[in-house]
This record gives sequence, C-alpha cells and structure tokens, in this order.
Amino acid sequence: MIVELGHFALILALCVALVQTLVPLWGAAIRDEGLMAVGDSAAKLQFLLVGFSFAVLTYAFVVSDFSLAVVVQNSHTLKPMLYKVTGTWGNHEGSLLLWVLILALFGACAAVFGGNLPTTLRARVLSVQGSIGVAFLLFMLLTSNPFLRLVVPPLNGEDLNPLLQDPGLAFHPPFLYLGYVGLSMSFSFAVAALIEGRVDAAWARWVRPWTLAAWVFLTIGIGLGSWWAYYELGWGGFWFWDPVENASFMPWLLAAALLHSAIVVEKRESLKAWTVLLAIMAFGFSLIGTFIVRSGVITSVHAFANDPERGVFILLILAVFTGGALTLFAFRAGALEAKGLFAVVSRETALVGNNILLAVAALVIFVGTIWPLVAELAFGRKLSVGQPFFDAAFAPFMLALGIILPIGAMLPWKRADVGRVLRALIPAAVLAFSLGALAYAMQTGRTALGPVGLMLGAWVFFGALTDLWARTGKGALAGRLARLGRLPRADLGKVVAHGGFGITIFAVSAMLAWKIEDIRVVQTGESFPLGSYTVQLVAVHKVQGPNYTSTMAEMAVTRDGAPVATLFPEKRFYPVQGMPTTEAAIDYGFLRDIYLVIGDPQDGGGWAVRSYVEPFANWLWAGCLLMALGGTLSLSDRRFRVAAGAPRAQGVPAE
Amino acid sequence: MKRLVLCVLLLATPAFAVQPDEILPDPTLESRARAISGDIRCPVCQGESIDDSNAPISRDLRIIIRERLVAGDSDAAVVDFLVARYGEFILFNPPARGANLILWFAGPAMVLAGAGLAAITLRRRRQGVEAALSSDEEARLATLMQDHAPRP
Repeated sequence: MIVELGHFALILALCVALVQTLVPLWGAAIRDEGLMAVGDSAAKLQFLLVGFSFAVLTYAFVVSDFSLAVVVQNSHTLKPMLYKVTGTWGNHEGSLLLWVLILALFGACAAVFGGNLPTTLRARVLSVQGSIGVAFLLFMLLTSNPFLRLVVPPLNGEDLNPLLQDPGLAFHPPFLYLGYVGLSMSFSFAVAALIEGRVDAAWARWVRPWTLAAWVFLTIGIGLGSWWAYYELGWGGFWFWDPVENASFMPWLLAAALLHSAIVVEKRESLKAWTVLLAIMAFGFSLIGTFIVRSGVITSVHAFANDPERGVFILLILAVFTGGALTLFAFRAGALEAKGLFAVVSRETALVGNNILLAVAALVIFVGTIWPLVAELAFGRKLSVGQPFFDAAFAPFMLALGIILPIGAMLPWKRADVGRVLRALIPAAVLAFSLGALAYAMQTGRTALGPVGLMLGAWVFFGALTDLWARTGKGALAGRLARLGRLPRADLGKVVAHGGFGITIFAVSAMLAWKIEDIRVVQTGESFPLGSYTVQLVAVHKVQGPNYTSTMAEMAVTRDGAPVATLFPEKRFYPVQGMPTTEAAIDYGFLRDIYLVIGDPQDGGGWAVRSYVEPFANWLWAGCLLMALGGTLSLSDRRFRVAAGAPRAQGVPAE
Repeated sequence: MKRLVLCVLLLATPAFAVQPDEILPDPTLESRARAISGDIRCPVCQGESIDDSNAPISRDLRIIIRERLVAGDSDAAVVDFLVARYGEFILFNPPARGANLILWFAGPAMVLAGAGLAAITLRRRRQGVEAALSSDEEARLATLMQDHAPRP
C-alpha cells in the first residue's frame, strides 16, 4: 500500500510541476501577483511530494520489499543497513528519483529564500525550474519507474554490486547530483533573465550563490569518486578519463567559468550575454552527462543502464531545453547591454582569459568523449580516444590557466598596471622556480612532469598567499594581521580555493611522475624492498565478513629496521553476486601513501603482491577539499547573506 | 550488456592485471612493454587498457607485446602489429592522421577562435562607446560648444 502511495505522490508531483511551469509564467506575462504566487506554493508542494516518494522508496529498500523490481535487482536481506539505504540511489531508477528530488529541493529553496527577488523574475525562475521537473518526472514515470511491482516476488534479492558497497561511493552520487542539478538553478535564472530581457548586477548576485553551491558539490562529488577509485580499484589510479568521469568534469569546468564570469557581471556589469550563455551551457553539459551515463551509447566501465529508449528520451530533453534556451538566447542576447568598459590590461580581461581556457578545456573533453561516436557515424572508423589524448589535450589548458591565475587574481578592475602586479609576485615566482629546480636536481632520469607540476602548483599557491597579503594593505605587521581577520569572506574564499587549485596541480603531477610500483611473487615470511621501505608478507589469514569471505594478508612495512605500519590488504568474495573484490591496504602519510594489494596464490607457492608508493596522494584530496572550502567560505560572504534578508524594491518592470 | 557484466566482474579484481610471471627480466624492455600496453585498449573491457585489464585476451596481448620486443621489434612496429590484427579501435591514443586531425586541432582552433572573438567584440564595444553619443547629446554638446566659443 505504502508503495502505491509513493507512486501516486510521484504522479501528483508531475501534475504540480505542470502547474508550476504554466501558471507563474502566465502570471508574469499578465502581471498578476496571485498567479505568480502559485509558483511558490507549487515548488514547495512538489518538493514535499517527491520527498515523500523518495522516503517510500528508501523504506522499501530498508524493509527489503521484494515485490518491487528495483529492490530485487539491487538489494539483499544480508546487506548491511547502510548499503540498504544508499542502495536506494545505487541504481538507475532510484538515482533518477534522487535527481528529481534535488531538482525539486532547489526549486523549493528558490521559493523560500527568493523573497527579495523581483516577483516576475522569481515566477519565471520557478516556472523554468518546474518545466525541468516535468521533463524528468515524465521520463521517470514513462521509462524508468522505480515503483514497478512484480507479480511473483522472489524470496531474496540479487544484491548490490559489491564494488558499490563502500562509503566513498555510497555518498558520491548525492553530491554529484547536488552539483549537476544545482546548475539547473543557474539555467533557470539565465532563461528567466532572457525572458525578462534584463541582466544586471543584482541578477548576478542572485545567480552566483547557486552556481557556487553547485560547483562546491560537484568538487566534493568528483573528489569522492576519485578517492573511491584510488582505494577501491586496487592499483592507485585516481582519474581515468572515462566518459562517465568526463561527464561530471565538463559541467565542473563550465561551472568554474560561470562563477568567475558572474563576478564580472556583478561588479562591472560586463560580459552579460556571455554569462547567460555559460549558464545555459553548464546545465546543458549536465544533461549531456546524464545522457552519456544513462544511454550507453558511449562505452564506459561504469555506465548505469544501456537502454536505447531511455537514451532517446534524454536526448529529447536535452534538445528541448538546450535548444530552446539557445534559441531564446539568439533572439534576446542583443537586449543584454554591457555597461562597464575595461582596458586591455585589467582583471576583466584576465577573467575573459580564464573563461576561454575553462570553456575550451570543457569543449575539448567533449569532443574527445564523443569523437568515437562521430568517427563511427561519419567516417565508418571504429576508434578509441583515451588517456593519452586527454592528457595531451587537456594539460596545456591547465598550464596556461595556472600561469595567468596569480597575475589575473591581483590585477585591479578596469585598467591595470601589469608591472606592479608582477613586482608584487616576484617572491612567489622565485620560490616556485627554486622548488621546481630543486625537484629537478633531486630526481634522476624521470619526466619533467614532476618539477614542472611543482613549479606551477607552487606559483599558484604562493600567488594566492601573495594576493591575500596584498589585500591586507600596507604598514605594520600588527595592523596587517588585524585587517586580515576583517577581510570579506569572499576574499578569503578566493585565496583558499586558488591555493587548493595549486595544491591539486602539484599533487596530480607528483602522483603521475613519482609513483613507485612493484609487482612480484612473495612467499610467506619473505621481504622485498619498495623504494626506501622494506615490506614483509608476515602471514595470510582467512576471515569471515558480514556478507563476504576474505583472504587477508598481514604485511609489515619497515624503514631502516624501524616499523612503519602493519597493513592488511584483502581479497574478498561476495557469494550472492559470485563476485570477488580487492581491498587495498593503505598507510596514509603526509608525504606518501604506501599502498599494498594481495592477489592470487601462485602455482609454485607464494602470493602475487602489488605494492606502490604514492607520493603526495593526500595532497590531492586536500586540494579538492580546499577548493570546496574556498567555495563555501565565499558562499557565506556577507553580501549574499545580507542580500537574502534585506528589503528591496519589488517588481522592476521589464524594459 | 553481457559484455558489460563481464567487465564489471573483471573490474572487481583489477589488481592483477600484470601478473608477476609476465614481467621481463630486462627492465628497459619491461618499461617499454608497460608504456605500450598502457595505451592499448582491452578489446573486452573497453574502459581499460590491457595493462589494467584482467581479461584473458589482455594477458595474451601483453605477452605478445613482450615477445615482439624480445624479438627486437621497435615500439612502433609492435603497435602496428597489434593494429593490423585488432584494428584502430585498440589504440587509446588516436593517431593524428586523416579525420582525427579535427580531433587533435579542435582545442587549439577553439582557443584561437575564442580569443579572436573576444578581442573583436571587446574592441568593437570600446570603439562603439567612444562614438556612442546620441543625437540629443550631440546637439547639447554643440550648444555648449557655441556658448563657450571664444568671443572675438
């Protein structure tokens, strides 16, 4: 019964979303306050209905209701409770419901916190947001209904893929969706602004927090996914340029571009049309990502469902929303008149450079991702585009971005003197160069990637610190430190996020350049060298887990005779799915991770063992976290909080 | 779909892609072999290189690569040998030839186009604004100029 209620709530949510789409739009057109206000209630109601529906599905997973097809396919009574709950979104139908839930959540947030928006703009934003809801609710109800019952329920389920039974992956989708779907708010604001024919500083101030929030969630989601790949897949890789990863990375790059260009609109009333276009593209790429993950047209290891019917439906959604928005843009972009002028050398120009680099980097990844499809359809060639291409094609953009970032971040608005900024940055440049040279001198016979990465990362990082220092003004140290504490949060956020970006650049290059790998057969009791460490296979045990059996090795790591760590890498077997997994054992360290994996017993006795020293691995996750933290700091800036509560002139008529 | 299931199964134990018994005693040859196999796509597990894949065919390919290298082939000859048998599909690094030039030059072309477009737009806007006095303003300016014209 409760399942039918959930199903019913979902259908009702579709009806409410339809109302939310049509009524406020009509109300805004004829300036009817009453009709426009319908949008607020509809957005809140839609969220409650979808939320109820989601709670029902979670409940079905928790009590293992095997009359539901989706529960049978993805759950099992013996599965730990955590994964029963997270299993709700560990499948196509459930994850789509989560998608729609977050979409409705953002709509409801706009209704609740949007009190200071001009009424027509708010009505139109909610209407556009509602229309996205209509599309996805229809998609779910017509092609991927999570509430389908089975006529004959089986006694037990087929279990969730053991690889997904992991905390890192369990919470990675919600963050990713918060990011993907968060960009729908920027999209709704962009389309609403096009309908209004008006983009100004206030608009940018409203759109920026949503974009910033979406970007922070995407950063965390991508970081979590990468961390999961690192410790779970068992060979220490952290990024594979897989189509599904690219699907999340393209919106991240575009969101990063968008939140920079929105600053220009907010502070200088320039780049308006471009910012609106970016907002449309960022959400468009979220939809493309959804299409790639769920249609199966592009081969990927971790695609969800390979169903052409669903693929066509998403393609239709993509065409209607992106196509529609771009058409509207073509007609109305002319109305978005720029006010602020700027000289060639100015922060505006630097941000234009940032936008070109980020947007083209995203497009290059897009071209690489769909090229196999294009080549097959257009030229009849079956080919592949993988890591070597993406590394070569993407790295130059990050190199250029890293070089201009510290300079651009310190340039004044409007008209700037590069010489002054460069002089301020001399210490950072010298420090970065010396670190790079030191690394080059210390390493022998390896790629230049490590030293160059260190130099670039240090340049960005110390550049961010220089920026912070310069913001504290001049004079005595005490006065500067006092001013440091009073800086706006947005300034701190900028420095933290840029610093995090520098650390990420360094960590990525260090991990790629300085990783040590060792593969060998080891007898029980035998020792072998790994870099400056010695690893001994002490013993191998058989262990029984809650829903798996495990072969667990005990390995002692020492350095110059002193114990460093004892690690227990495992090989697990999940009987329900008949699937083995490897659980690497990692000794996390500040400068390096020691990463051990146990393999199969060998014919001649002994065990296959893979071991790695992963330099600066933790710096990568720390860099991602710092970027997310920087975004959050910026989000908590006074001007967003104050703007949210302050009374403001209402109902600015469209020109 | 079946292929996908198979790959997920194989993905589960990727730790033992390269088995200890495959490794060549000569470290130079071995590192060349690793470099080649890192760029070859597994024909079964299409998301992985044969260096990471556990599929039996990947193991066979890794062994073939090592045999060719021991026999004295150059890296390019080994790759050609594989492409001749499995097609262009197995190359993760698409060669910059023919239509693939579009792929390789897409990035630089887009940057140039973007920078050019931005430069033109910004220049036009600046010039546009400098000349952008409305007719009212022109008239007002003219009267002002007349009022303040140096009197003889």
